Amino acid sequence: MGIIVEGVNRRFGDFVALADVDLTVRTGKLTALLGPSGGGKSTLLRIIAGLDFPDSGRVEIEGRDATWLPPQKRSVGFVFQHYAAFKHLSVYRNVAFGLEIRKRPKAEIRKRVMELLELVHLEQFADRLPSQLSGGQRQRMALARALAVEPEVLLLDEPFGALDAQVRKELRDWLRRLHDEVHVTTIFVTHDQEEALEVSDELVVINHGRIEQIGSPTELYDQPANDFVMSFLGPVTRFQGQLVRPHDLEVFAEPVSDTTQATVTRLQRVGFEVRAELRAGDSTPWVQLTRGQAEALNLRDGSTVWLRPNRVAHTLVAS
Amino acid sequence: MKGVLRTIAVVYVLGLVALPVVTVLRSTFADGVGPVLDVLTSADFISALRLTLTVAGLAVLINTVFGVGMAILLVRYRFPGHRLLNAVIDLPVSISPVVVGIALILVYGTDGWFGPNVEAAGFQVIFATPGMVVATVIISLPLVVREVIPTLAEEGTEQDQAAQSLGANAVQRFRRITLPTIRWALAYGVVLSLARSLGEFGAVRVVSGSVAGESQTLTLFVNDSYQEFGPDAERAAFSAAFVLMMIAVLFIVLIALLRPKEKS
Repeated sequence: MGIIVEGVNRRFGDFVALADVDLTVRTGKLTALLGPSGGGKSTLLRIIAGLDFPDSGRVEIEGRDATWLPPQKRSVGFVFQHYAAFKHLSVYRNVAFGLEIRKRPKAEIRKRVMELLELVHLEQFADRLPSQLSGGQRQRMALARALAVEPEVLLLDEPFGALDAQVRKELRDWLRRLHDEVHVTTIFVTHDQEEALEVSDELVVINHGRIEQIGSPTELYDQPANDFVMSFLGPVTRFQGQLVRPHDLEVFAEPVSDTTQATVTRLQRVGFEVRAELRAGDSTPWVQLTRGQAEALNLRDGSTVWLRPNRVAHTLVAS
Repeated sequence: MKGVLRTIAVVYVLGLVALPVVTVLRSTFADGVGPVLDVLTSADFISALRLTLTVAGLAVLINTVFGVGMAILLVRYRFPGHRLLNAVIDLPVSISPVVVGIALILVYGTDGWFGPNVEAAGFQVIFATPGMVVATVIISLPLVVREVIPTLAEEGTEQDQAAQSLGANAVQRFRRITLPTIRWALAYGVVLSLARSLGEFGAVRVVSGSVAGESQTLTLFVNDSYQEFGPDAERAAFSAAFVLMMIAVLFIVLIALLRPKEKS
């Protein structure tokens, strides 16, 4: 059950947007499609929504073959990056839209819309027009509108992409809490790895129209299948022909077993963290330390230190 | 410098617009209101007014439906011949109305391509109302389309897709989303078309035959009366011209009211 995508291909002229994609999304989970722009993640989402159709392959939603169903028959809620607010309708009428289409009784619509507006903290804005709301408020309205018709699947296409950093962070936490309350099967597309790692139950990394890896955020971060996934999900540095996370390199002031001697070439403080650029033979790794660690080691430009990957570090042979 | 430019502009507008308008007003009411009312209640005038409203009304109705449909087609779909179609729509603006009229006769006239078939089916196009409507439709063809296209293009298709994912079918989406989105542009286009249709002379002149009381629109009534000579005929011409002018003023006011709303 949930959403099953099987062997989906989609081309736009010569451009291959999706190549033989298989994906299963379990009911009730919050899944992130993560990848660089142009990688095919939005196309996959639009095919699940019925806003685009595959050249071959099939899509199943909650046990029904939905490959060729128009979007209005899929029981899918869709949230757009640029909100797609109905500009001529009030916030209330925006949220009520799907229910009015379904010809629900007035009283029922009123009750449901007010509930949803409360859920997205917009109850005092019911009579406003979308143009009188901030970006974050518009996106919350769009979410309430999508949830109003009780879709089996909620799809969000870069939902926070057009918002500034602070609001994006807030909405991200809020989406996570909202999902814990409503439990609707949700897929959201993002190119922000921090957003994906923080919010999702399951992470799907897509690049060049192919799925690179599927798993929980922890699995993907700690055991990336290849160097693309590894470098897309977090910082990576090169040490002795291996790719390793810069916080997985241990730094010692004295030689210890299995360590390699290195010289500090540059120290940079970024808030609470200290980044040290080093030279070890012909490799030039960088290491991520806390301020406390850097002080304990008494790091200076030109200091000599000893390096080794820590025991839990996952490394990949650099290609 | 500003003063010089302003003087030139004022003289230009006065000479080209205000002076002729005042002349028409003076000539119309030279002998008071009574004779003017006689003209405006004459059978030929009323018949011309009725025909004008019928022809312009039908033409605008057709162009509104066609214009909205064509605008949606051109904005939302890409197909072979897209650019050609886009260019052909503007053709009536650059072709002289007289040429449009003659072309219609060549196609629908008694010796035209379709004329005999249409007449055999018991339907007369040329020298009858259908021909006048068709001529007017062609003349005002681009006005609605060209007003609606920019608004539609600017709004994009996301609202439509959102409505679709909320369960709205094509008719519901058109009524609830597309139409409200383009309403001011559409209203503006309709007013422009109506003004253009009411004032149309050349093409209608060629295809109508201009028989008083039968196939004479207001503009034809003005022209034919004016060419008859004699004070009564002249007054008839001026009175009808006055009515056309009042309609034009009404539209100018409507357009002035609609224009800012369309932009917002």
